[in-house]
Amino acid sequence: MKRFTLIFIPYIWLAALFLVPFLIVVKISLSDTALAIPPYKPALDLAQGWAGLMAFLGDLDFENFTFLAEDDLYWKAYLSSLKIATISTILTLLIGYPIAYSMTRAAEEWRPTLLMLIILPFWTSFLIRVYSWMGILGQEGLLNQLLLWLHVISEPLKIMNTPTAVYIGIVYTYLPFLVLPIYAALDKLDDNLLEAAEDLGCSRFKAFWLVTIPLSMNGIVAGCFLVFIPALGEFVIPSLLGGSQTLMIGKVLWEEFFSNRDWPVASAVAVILLLILIIPIILFQRNQQKQRESEG
Amino acid sequence: MAQNGNKQVFSPWTDPSAKPLIQFKNVTKKFGEFVAIDDLSIDIFEREFFALLGPSGCGKTTLMRMLAGFETPTTGTILLSGQDISPIPPNKRAVNMMFQSYALFPHLSIWDNIAFGLRREGGSKDAIAARVEDMLRLTRLTKFARRKPHQISGGQRQRVALARSLAKAPKLLLLDEPLGALDKKLRQDTQFELMDIQEKTGTTFVIVTHDQEEAMTVASRVAVMDEGRMIQVDTPDRIYEAPNSVYVADFIGEVNIIQGSASQSGDTVDITFAEGQPTIRGTTDKKFANGEKIAFAIRPEKVSISAEKPDDMENALQGKILDIAYLGNISTYHVELPNGQIIKSQIANTRRISRRIFTWEDTVWVSFTDTAGILLKV
Ligand SMILES: Nc1ncnc2c1ncn2[C@@H]1O[C@H](COP(=O)(O)OP(=O)(O)OP(=O)(O)O)[C@@H](O)[C@H]1O
Ligand SMILES: [Mg+2]
Repeated sequence: MKRFTLIFIPYIWLAALFLVPFLIVVKISLSDTALAIPPYKPALDLAQGWAGLMAFLGDLDFENFTFLAEDDLYWKAYLSSLKIATISTILTLLIGYPIAYSMTRAAEEWRPTLLMLIILPFWTSFLIRVYSWMGILGQEGLLNQLLLWLHVISEPLKIMNTPTAVYIGIVYTYLPFLVLPIYAALDKLDDNLLEAAEDLGCSRFKAFWLVTIPLSMNGIVAGCFLVFIPALGEFVIPSLLGGSQTLMIGKVLWEEFFSNRDWPVASAVAVILLLILIIPIILFQRNQQKQRESEG
Repeated sequence: MAQNGNKQVFSPWTDPSAKPLIQFKNVTKKFGEFVAIDDLSIDIFEREFFALLGPSGCGKTTLMRMLAGFETPTTGTILLSGQDISPIPPNKRAVNMMFQSYALFPHLSIWDNIAFGLRREGGSKDAIAARVEDMLRLTRLTKFARRKPHQISGGQRQRVALARSLAKAPKLLLLDEPLGALDKKLRQDTQFELMDIQEKTGTTFVIVTHDQEEAMTVASRVAVMDEGRMIQVDTPDRIYEAPNSVYVADFIGEVNIIQGSASQSGDTVDITFAEGQPTIRGTTDKKFANGEKIAFAIRPEKVSISAEKPDDMENALQGKILDIAYLGNISTYHVELPNGQIIKSQIANTRRISRRIFTWEDTVWVSFTDTAGILLKV
């Protein structure tokens, strides 16, 4: 009985916080827009019983999905989001892995401080941090002023409102999500293993490649998903830093929902986004499971 | 006692012209203020089976790690074949080490763990496979080749670590407690395998062990360490029969230590150890001052026990049996002398336990010859 409840608590949690809202979104995505509150129809009228339910179901259709498929704006937005999420995940990894690695190499007494520094940005609101990037990257921003002053450049760089700004924003925002799991994996690594590899004829670099990388792979995979998944649906960063040039599905979704007040289309966009995300989420879960097994 | 019988006696350390494979020259290793190895000098010769024995924390692993290249001496030099090895990185040394913690690669199968070092040498696939199979057979791991280290038992893991370090057939093999987790039977088999490997390949072994019997069985020489220093380095029989200090006598095997004051005439020494007790007579080639405090050390198996006072023994003391420890093939009798001193005597159980002559509280005589014990300075 205890076992039963233990298993079911997470499922109840999942059902309440994910499945039910998702089903509501699916329902809306199958509806039509209407000038009403809420702005779609049909509305389910349970007072009419069975007939009402049938009438309600009869009014649902896949019109919105057909619309999404036909208008190439959406496809481009999905693809562009995938591209931006992929590239920023790779960039984050390239920056984050060395950070995590050097943290584990730092003297024991420094590690808590370094860990604290990684988490520290979370103490400020995410929005404020993104806004401050606007101040840094803008035409008259700190970065341009510094580079001009150093005579590295003669004209201000245009970074704001370009994909570059979006990459910078995403890498900056999600870096801790990547550093922490990799740090955790590297921290567990037994130094004797590297010594054993060297003893058996590996150079330092080779030992890193053959021992450190594979043994931190779970951390790498976990960290990458923790960056990729939210980056794919990201909308604050592209709206604030990317300007009109960057097309991301999160932004499209926001506009459909708030500017056009087209809830059904926005819901359809969200449903497809989720279907795209389900693949990496399942892969992520599999990775976590494998990790647990290999530690077992 | 590995090299006896009809073979020529192997003892390069007695030959002044022999060139040692490894030389520690006044090596000191400090961790911060802590001295782990204290001004240690030792020569180890090619084809030796050199056993390091000593209490936990005395610096055995540190010594090994310096040989493998993971620690550098704070002062002093280590020579390998006459060459200072300090500038040579671990991966360039013809030395392999079996780690005390095994250090198996958790992401690789047993097979790949063993093949790891071979692959770095870049031999052909077939040659590597053949060598790995050999090692698997030797350590009886063939069945487990495809498993990961976390899927096998502690003893099996230890054998994987052993196989991995043996695979490259290095010039010098460092084994840090290689057999501790094995059951007695498998341990003995593996000991003989190791000796066999050494015979065949001519590899020099340095082995750390907590098992004295193991050190005695496999080693050409045994080094007894304490607090970063070598207390005695000698052949197993010399370590056992002629320890140079109370520490070594006490550390290796069981021993009775009787402290008293000496009075020497020629090579015989009489030791007065208690009021009302006869003196103990021993022989020595050392010189002791009259009245000097000394220790008389005698192994329990060299002490016999009898109901009547024997007349053919130089030393006989009367006491009462306090305790009998039955160990199967032998029994250890703890005999208490009137002054409270306990003398242990080991007797082979040639009769069934029910037919034992002596029992608790019996008054008996413990006796030994004047050459059975050894006299040590304290
Ligand atoms: N990296 C290190 N930093 C500080 N002290 C160390 C370090 N490595 C070893 N020591 C100390 O040096 C001493 C010798 O350690 P070592 O590992 O050589 O002991 P050991 O003889 O192998 O013991 P055991 O039989 O328990 O394995 C110990 O007191 C240990 O605490
Ligand atoms: Mg040790």
